[in-house]
Amino acid sequence: MNKTQVKLIRGNDACAEGAIAAGVRFFAGYPITPSSEIATAMARRLPQVGGRFIQMEDEIGSLGAAIGAALTGVKAMDATSGPGMSLKAENLGLAAMIEVPLLLVDVQRVGPSIGMATSPAQGDVMQARYGSHGDYGIIVISPSSVQEMFDLTIKAVDLSERFRTPVILLADQVVGHMREKVVMPPYDEIKTAYRPEPSGPPEEYLPYRGDEAGIPPMAKFGTPYHWYANSSSHGEDSFQATGDHVISEKLIQRLVNKIEKNKKEIIEVRGELLDDAEIVVLAYGCTARSARGAVLKARREGIKAGFFRPVVLWPVPDEEIAQVANSARAIIVPEMNMGQYVHPVREAAGGKAEVFSLSKVGGLAISSDEILAKIREVKKNA
Amino acid sequence: MPEKANLSQLYNKYFYADQMPTMWCPGCGNGVVAMSMCRAIERVGTDMDKLIHVAGIGCSSVAHWYTTFTALQTNHGRALAGATGIKFANPELTVVVTMGDGDCAAIGGNHFIHACRRNIDVTAIVYNNFNYGMTGGQSSPTTPLNSRGISAPYGNIEAPFDICKLAEAAGATYVARGAVYYTKDLISLIEGGIRHKGFSVIDVLTPCVTVYGRRNKQGTPGEMFKAQKNMTVSAKKAQKMSTEELNGRLMRGVLVEREAPEFTEEYEKIITRAQAGGE
Repeated sequence: MNKTQVKLIRGNDACAEGAIAAGVRFFAGYPITPSSEIATAMARRLPQVGGRFIQMEDEIGSLGAAIGAALTGVKAMDATSGPGMSLKAENLGLAAMIEVPLLLVDVQRVGPSIGMATSPAQGDVMQARYGSHGDYGIIVISPSSVQEMFDLTIKAVDLSERFRTPVILLADQVVGHMREKVVMPPYDEIKTAYRPEPSGPPEEYLPYRGDEAGIPPMAKFGTPYHWYANSSSHGEDSFQATGDHVISEKLIQRLVNKIEKNKKEIIEVRGELLDDAEIVVLAYGCTARSARGAVLKARREGIKAGFFRPVVLWPVPDEEIAQVANSARAIIVPEMNMGQYVHPVREAAGGKAEVFSLSKVGGLAISSDEILAKIREVKKNA
Repeated sequence: MPEKANLSQLYNKYFYADQMPTMWCPGCGNGVVAMSMCRAIERVGTDMDKLIHVAGIGCSSVAHWYTTFTALQTNHGRALAGATGIKFANPELTVVVTMGDGDCAAIGGNHFIHACRRNIDVTAIVYNNFNYGMTGGQSSPTTPLNSRGISAPYGNIEAPFDICKLAEAAGATYVARGAVYYTKDLISLIEGGIRHKGFSVIDVLTPCVTVYGRRNKQGTPGEMFKAQKNMTVSAKKAQKMSTEELNGRLMRGVLVEREAPEFTEEYEKIITRAQAGGE
């Protein structure tokens, strides 16, 4: 596409187009509501641009195939929903351990278990961060609109390559299935990073030695750089180190710190009406839409309300949240779960502002009036 | 490398000496399988940079700790999923998978049957030692009836899989069974699998002396190797034998070899059609 396109499309289709624009050329997936449209769009689009699509035998296999593809040097992705996320937890840990850049989209639906396939939820927030066993770092991004399903897919691919890590685009059924206007710039003007590659002699290549930022160079499979993508604890040379506690500790700390210590380059937040705000509504994903609406309504009533949105959920923008907590009296966190992101928010607020959870489950979006009612309640009890 | 490389030349080309000794128990058959794989690759003459070794988890899946190929070690049972992604994303690569019987036919069973069905050009070598050796000798999908395992202290009451029959039924286009006692044949069977265009399975019988053999009173490593003579019969010979004569012996050799459209080649046609604007 060499000209700007303006289209009325579904969020899942915008995600697929964003992936194509970002240079994704491999998709492995498995059918699941409400994310299947991403896979079906990629099945049609990828061969048109010389890419490859495969429907694997299960959710585990699809992320496994995406990992294999990414190792050969291609930008790869997979998409699913909650039940699939549970199955992918295993291979997500593998991708984090062997430091494979890839994009995993989770279009959230109501859980637990099979739950409600066609209704939205935000119940996978903690799973996206901590779903696989052991310690590792990961990036999780939360889109709020169809335009962002395009834009943030591109951002996710870019970050995955820069930090040699899996990135989760944590969408929900609302943004996945909703249709909105999307402006898509010419694809050749969209630039995304490509993983750092080794340049020295192959015999000196250390596939797990991080640079100053902790990110190691990654050689394509099939080149003179022979290396192991090793799921076991490994040294910088990639050989087994399952009996060496010092090497293991160093590896785990780097896996976490390459995300946490570089969070300034990763996080993205939005804020409105924060300067004089006494009550701040902190929301993400589809809930950010009604949260913003509630803040505007509260302002009309004379309540000094503000709006804060972490676009990147993990790593947590804790300094920015602390700043909000320093100036505001209360923070309300509306979420379509029993209270998940409210926990890191409370931790970041550090007691400077009181943090309230507004929780809703069962598959109905939180309306701006429900959030407004909570703002009034907090105001009244002040 | 000279045309007929000697053992030390092969060893230096395919193995990291500084990673030795291997973790395999004395008497284990796995080293024979790993060396046979390298000899087969040597015969095919594959570019060392273009050969990717994919492994699952278990006693089978440590050969790549010692070999000089670029390798992916996946989670337990997922070797074929990773291998599928590697081969599909870059069909120029030669992909060889090593996995154990539990890896392949239990936790990875779904990936296995679908890799067979898909007929993607990957060679899968199954180190079949009739049990989960690394975890102490639990019974596996290939443990013979009534055999004992640490998880079957009163004997195994589940009928075993015949991995070759499973692969054939699922659509694999090259299926062979080898045994470490017949090393020369084994090298040829693996070579045939790598040369074959499509999904190839080589089920290799390799004795687990320490946990399976000891628990089932199968004697010394030498006796366990020799026992493969009675346990198996060549496919050629078996044709002339009655069911009674075969008496449950496993067939050795190439059991299936047929041509069928290969997955990555078929997908290239889809790319051509899609780029021409067709449906």
